[in-house]
Amino acid sequence: MKDSQTGKDSLWQRLWSPSARWSVGALLAAGIVIGVVGWMGFDSALTWTNTEQFCLSCHEMRDNVYQEYRGTIHDINRTGVRAVCADCHVPKPLIAKLVRKVKAAKEVWGKATGSVDTREKFENERIRLALNEWKRMKESDSRECRSCHVFDAFDLARQQKRAQVKHTEAETSGETCIDCHKGIAHRLPAGAYEAEAEFNKKWAQSHKR
Amino acid sequence: MNAKTLALVVAFTVTFFVPAAVKAAEVRSLRGADVDTQDVAPETYRLQDGVALDRAFRQQPPLVPHQVEKYEIDLKVNQCVRCHEWPNSDKEKTVKMSDFHYIDQDGVVRDVVDGRRYFCLACHVPQLDAKPLVDNEFRAAGK
Repeated sequence: MKDSQTGKDSLWQRLWSPSARWSVGALLAAGIVIGVVGWMGFDSALTWTNTEQFCLSCHEMRDNVYQEYRGTIHDINRTGVRAVCADCHVPKPLIAKLVRKVKAAKEVWGKATGSVDTREKFENERIRLALNEWKRMKESDSRECRSCHVFDAFDLARQQKRAQVKHTEAETSGETCIDCHKGIAHRLPAGAYEAEAEFNKKWAQSHKR
Repeated sequence: MNAKTLALVVAFTVTFFVPAAVKAAEVRSLRGADVDTQDVAPETYRLQDGVALDRAFRQQPPLVPHQVEKYEIDLKVNQCVRCHEWPNSDKEKTVKMSDFHYIDQDGVVRDVVDGRRYFCLACHVPQLDAKPLVDNEFRAAGK
């Protein structure tokens, strides 16, 4: 499509016509460099938005969930191995991770509109937020837990009696971590057990074998 | 130094320093160790997990045979009740809470735990192999 006045191709036209000036090798090299730099930047952005500092830059996280997480076994323990926010709340596999990151864009909207900017608002929304996480964990068979806690590597003999029994039961009946381990890093919402019972009932109905 | 000054110095020393030195030799610390020795931390009591200790008398609230320090008991939830309340007690194969916990102050049997019984750990404590701090003559009933 020639511009009638200047006689030159439009930008779109030039983008899709072969280059008369650059060699294929140069174009390829430039493409590879741009690709590598671009991916590194993208990956750095993903990594950066996974850090504890990034999560805590919002006071909603710092004042609510983080305060409750402080002192739990995932925050402080004998060996200092920690599981920070993203280790549990962001999947490790790439596709699942990207999906979660895109969904988290809604949290940016929440931040902008101040949907949970006070403790009271947060407590009111809490049961819905907790149910979201329970559902996500249940659907992925507690994938994020299992990226550290490998069932086959459990040394049952070194667990407490009660844990031995429960873990053996869970393994044989195909239960998943979140079925029992709710509210371990954060406090539970009001009405958690009623919601849990209802959630389990719904799940059993929609996942009949 | 004349004789008068010497007498004064001797009098001063005898009055103020000798009794202090004598006293210091007499003082014994209550903990039975010198001031500059460090205290040794007492042995931590191990939780008696997986065994049920007997009650020592009929009215004794049963002891808890597992760890409890991470359980949340507050206005919103009670994690003990989660497993010890019927019908969850059947599912989790735990000890069912006694029905007395559902009687309110007017003697009416309710369907939720009464507020006076809500704080489980006020009566039920984890069982430890804790030795009596002082010798005493208490004997468990029926023993």
